Amino acid sequence: MDKKEKKRHLIQAAWALLTNSYLIGFFRGRIYTGPLKNLCVPGLNCYSCPGALGSCPIGAFQAVIGSARYKAALYVSGFLIFIGALTGRFVCGFLCPFGLIQELLHKIPFPKKLRTFRGDRLLRKFKYAVFLVLALLLPMFVTDFLGQGSPWFCKVLCPAGTLEGGIPLVLLNQGLRGALGFLYAWKMGILIAILFLSVIIFRPFCKYLCPLGAVYSVFNPVAVFRYRLDQSKCVDCGACKNVCQMGLDPVKELNRAECIHCSRCKNACPTGAIRKGIRS
Amino acid sequence: MKRVSILPGLLLAACGLLLMILGILRGEAGAVFEKAVRICLECIGIG
Repeated sequence: MDKKEKKRHLIQAAWALLTNSYLIGFFRGRIYTGPLKNLCVPGLNCYSCPGALGSCPIGAFQAVIGSARYKAALYVSGFLIFIGALTGRFVCGFLCPFGLIQELLHKIPFPKKLRTFRGDRLLRKFKYAVFLVLALLLPMFVTDFLGQGSPWFCKVLCPAGTLEGGIPLVLLNQGLRGALGFLYAWKMGILIAILFLSVIIFRPFCKYLCPLGAVYSVFNPVAVFRYRLDQSKCVDCGACKNVCQMGLDPVKELNRAECIHCSRCKNACPTGAIRKGIRS
Repeated sequence: MKRVSILPGLLLAACGLLLMILGILRGEAGAVFEKAVRICLECIGIG
């Protein structure tokens, strides 16, 4: 692993630790209940993780649009637009704990790693449907008699919630253990499938299912902080394409929705044609 | 190098900031807090 990639993983790990630093929660089987929970963290980080200091933006979004009182989530939508417009999917590449877990799993040797496959590009559109249906429409319109919607994405799909919240809390809390049922088994199945797939495919959850990545990806082409390609320096060697684990060709697809701003293309470029930052 | 404007991104970021402020004034941060300080049973696969 090259030095810059190692540095990125250190940033990812440091951020994951910082935003989950209520370590006492992991011993007591409780979650943090202080004022920082008013704030969202930029990455997918379950607020029911015992260590979590902030709120997951997708969980928070569903909580507000699903509440009988608000229905429109201005605060969380504004947060997502603000972060997306400034950085695009930089959050995915540097600040998402679940992205880091998938990347580390992908380093495990496996006889056949899949870079792409038939239908890969089409399947990547599925994350937009996940956002639209599970994180927006169902929480907003499928409500109980009090007009309260459920966080459907968290409930039926989110593997980060199972890993960061479900497993530690169930291990530490006897009361919760008694309440386990089909839903827990379902979510554990999804988590295991995604963790296993991560060994074979680079970041499968981010590519195909993540609603947060879907939202940030929309801003990639216009984000203030994005890649710039100096055509006069590009020698068309293909080095950037070869190292891109999201399967992009940065010369033709710079700042496309699938780019997670991991900087591998920039680091691999022998002529320094790819730059990152806010300056033209 | 092709010149790329950062203006659209800055305008969007400003809109996002404005929405955040409006949301906070509406009390939405409180709704986020209320949800986040209780164990979310749905999130962990129980509810």
